[in-house]
Amino acid sequence: MITKRIIPCLDVKDGRVVKGVNFLGLNDVSSPVSLARYYSECGADELVFYDITASSEGRALFTDILKEVAATIFIPLTVGGGINTTDDFDRVLKCGADKVSVNSGAIRNPSLIYEAAKKYGDQCVVLSVDVKRVDGKFTVFAKGGRENTGLDALEWIKRGIDSGAGELVINSIDTDGVKNGFDLEMLEAVCAISDVPVIASGGAGCMEDFTTLFRTVPNVDAGLAASIFHFGEVAIPDLKAKLFKDGINVRL
Amino acid sequence: MIAIIDYGVGNLFSLCSSFSFIGKDAVITNDEKVIADSERIILPGVGAFEDAAKKLRESGMADTVRSEVKKGKPLLGICLGMQLLFDKSFEYGEHEGLSLINGNVVPMSNVIPPELKIPQIGWNALHFPKDKPKSRLFKYIEENEHVYFVHSYYAADCEKDTIATTEYGAEITAAAAYENVFGTQFHPEKSGNTGLNILRAFCEL
Repeated sequence: MITKRIIPCLDVKDGRVVKGVNFLGLNDVSSPVSLARYYSECGADELVFYDITASSEGRALFTDILKEVAATIFIPLTVGGGINTTDDFDRVLKCGADKVSVNSGAIRNPSLIYEAAKKYGDQCVVLSVDVKRVDGKFTVFAKGGRENTGLDALEWIKRGIDSGAGELVINSIDTDGVKNGFDLEMLEAVCAISDVPVIASGGAGCMEDFTTLFRTVPNVDAGLAASIFHFGEVAIPDLKAKLFKDGINVRL
Repeated sequence: MIAIIDYGVGNLFSLCSSFSFIGKDAVITNDEKVIADSERIILPGVGAFEDAAKKLRESGMADTVRSEVKKGKPLLGICLGMQLLFDKSFEYGEHEGLSLINGNVVPMSNVIPPELKIPQIGWNALHFPKDKPKSRLFKYIEENEHVYFVHSYYAADCEKDTIATTEYGAEITAAAAYENVFGTQFHPEKSGNTGLNILRAFCEL
């Protein structure tokens, strides 16, 4: 049966991985290429690269790095950050990305999802949504969680799936950074309306949080995290061994 | 040298890189002469069957592939490239394939429980049919190794030529072969070391 996926996310700025990283045996801890190789060898099922560069020079640097990663690491690569047009899809797909994640760009221009899905296939379009409770209602935030769009999250997600999004990344702003576990209530609500894979993001603090995630919301397909992997708080081989022991189907 | 057939569909960067990584020369080409000079052929593909089959025919690549296969050259179809090897696909209508392996491409929704998601996206385990010797394509890998799938349709009516299956609510064809023609529904170029070992074995056929 298909396995639950574990996905580290790397934020890249001006060609370097941001957020302090501390690994034994890695000479250059902020090199996206070394880190990607490290994660791939540890058993990561997929990698997400998020380009947080604002300048065009940084953007060119990002695609150079993406090429280097894709030339040596043979697991699925998802790229996000600054994706506003189908030309942006083209730019990163040509450099070896397998999937492209859209967020604020799709909020500004919802037809981007449909156009990209038509051109590259649904499997290529990942809709990433930053969600926060506002007056008890799941609400979409844009610009890295800084701007309240007022959009109802479940309606926005449904619309995205209907337009051709082939996968969802659901990032709970309420649990992000708290390290007290994934937002199970929010994920449950999203899974109830989604017939495409759902990737949970935001809140993982320890290995147990992943077991709880996959047990409580069995329709979640993958767990994504950044800092707990980067800081070495959770090692992917240990995490996978634990999930396996807990009866969750993973690739060892 | 390996010829990766370019007929205008899909992203061939990773595929090409994966061969360089294992030390094999590969070129992305639609030049008949280059393909004729190659030692083996890869037929890639993503997207919709009808569109890909049309592009394959109109580019002349369908005839080229057929005649090279007749000479005994090893061919590996990947994902949609695998589905194109069969007789027919029932993806949005009924469309002719290359008929290099007997069978038909049908929706997975015909056979899997409705609660399972379509497409199947992710890593799933390979199983080898018990009643046949293991295919040479898998000589470097073991039963139960995981590979990466992204698909909504699968090859059916091809039990005789099935060399690997995977379990997704039903037994789904993961790879098939007839003589020198091979096809994998999964992406070896995205399946880590297991995938590279399959490509390595293909290069030794």
